[in-house]
Amino acid sequence: MSNGQPQIVIDKVSHMYRPPRGKPVLALDDVSLQVGTREFLALLGPSGCGKSTLLYLLGGFLPIEKGAITVDSKPVAAPGPDRGIVFQHFALFPWKTVRDNILYGLERQSMPKDERLARAQSFIDLVGLSGFEDSFPSQLSGGMKQRTALARTLAFDPKILLMDEPFGALDAQTRHLMQGELLNIWQRTPKTVIFVTHDVQEAVYLADRVAVMTARPGRIKTIVDTKFDKNDPGIFKTKVFVDKVDELWGLVRDEAIKAERRKV
Amino acid sequence: MKSALLRYLPLLLLAIAWELVSRLGLVSSSALPPLSDVLKSWYELLLDGDLTGNGFASLYRGGMGLLLAVVVGAALGIAMAWWKPANVLFAPIVEIFYPLPKSALIPVTVIWLGFGNGSKILLIFLGCMIPVTIGAFNGARSSEQTLVWSARSMGASRLRMLWDVVLPSAMPELLNGIRTALALSFILLVSSELIVAREGLGYLIGFLGANGSYDAMYAVVLTVAFLGFAADRGYQMFMNWMLQWREQTQ
Repeated sequence: MSNGQPQIVIDKVSHMYRPPRGKPVLALDDVSLQVGTREFLALLGPSGCGKSTLLYLLGGFLPIEKGAITVDSKPVAAPGPDRGIVFQHFALFPWKTVRDNILYGLERQSMPKDERLARAQSFIDLVGLSGFEDSFPSQLSGGMKQRTALARTLAFDPKILLMDEPFGALDAQTRHLMQGELLNIWQRTPKTVIFVTHDVQEAVYLADRVAVMTARPGRIKTIVDTKFDKNDPGIFKTKVFVDKVDELWGLVRDEAIKAERRKV
Repeated sequence: MKSALLRYLPLLLLAIAWELVSRLGLVSSSALPPLSDVLKSWYELLLDGDLTGNGFASLYRGGMGLLLAVVVGAALGIAMAWWKPANVLFAPIVEIFYPLPKSALIPVTVIWLGFGNGSKILLIFLGCMIPVTIGAFNGARSSEQTLVWSARSMGASRLRMLWDVVLPSAMPELLNGIRTALALSFILLVSSELIVAREGLGYLIGFLGANGSYDAMYAVVLTVAFLGFAADRGYQMFMNWMLQWREQTQ
């Protein structure tokens, strides 16, 4: 799908995590990765492997100390509306209603008011939140909160969608529904997606490619191709899918064990 | 409504007890004039215009001092939480100022600004700014990283983000700080007017007391008490309205 220079180029990036107390830890070690336009890439790894850190660097939220990240050949220096982000815990503005949350990004652009309202409404409808426009986040279920967050980010139309374990805080059924909806939306409004997860099946189901990361310090262990016919409702039972999950689980397993031992 | 009436029933009992001990001569009527006499004096003070004139003078001072304290205190608290140089510069000043009994500044503000409104407004401003600053500081520091990042990624500038994310995040603690400041403003207002002033409710209490008009003095004391109560109640309603977005059940 991509041609020429890849849209996102991560080149030899290392990052030190400096906790307020205690000694610095090497979170990312010499990570290089390229992502094409409209590609769906999953970053898969055990918790604490630095995959979220890599996403935050890409978002421009953390300073890049070593190495370089470019988006469309321009170095990442600060957050910007070309890269939208969805967080695990939704990060909705609790003092704003569903509609006002979704309007926030649109208000930062020069767009006439009625156009903004119409656009917000169309994304409210897209994620199935019609009737909840005037609710505050505290009145919504976890799944509804994440739908709102997704609509808020999609509404201002970023080229790149950064997703930080977006379904990690949801119950299994809601998560499954949301995965399907995300794929559906992604196929209709193609964007480049970087999706951080530690769920192997989720990564295989959603992504075109899965980058497996090692336990801390995070490195790219390998990249696995995971293109399937995502519209096949029985995909989870097919042999190719199951084999792929097994293959990736084998790759992640050792790292998960390493990460788990470190906690003790 | 019925439960509210029931809640304030002890006040009615207190009023009856007050009337009785004074009427039955259990305490001298100059130390505690009967409540009915106090209320009569209150009505006379109101007709004379003494109560409204001095009342407005006091409310103006209290309101201006508090308003300045809220604006400056909130800005200072947020600046201290988000901009290191402001913190380095002002944190020690706030720390030293915090435990200082603000009434000690009454003579100081009088030397600076004289007997009129200026010294009272300055005193209330200085005293009330501290709880507002501390509330804004603690609230602003606790604003969630992901909310800040979300706003920034949606195109908000740093300054815009302070206004759109940090200020509302700080709001619960800021509003609590302002409530403390509101109570403090009444204390500082009345005590400064008692000591040096030519008008105001505090001045009126002192003046009437010195002239032996105890029923009228009590009438003004009750007025101040009621104003303080009404201000706090009104403020609580405002606070609930401001924070209606907070955790609520479906």
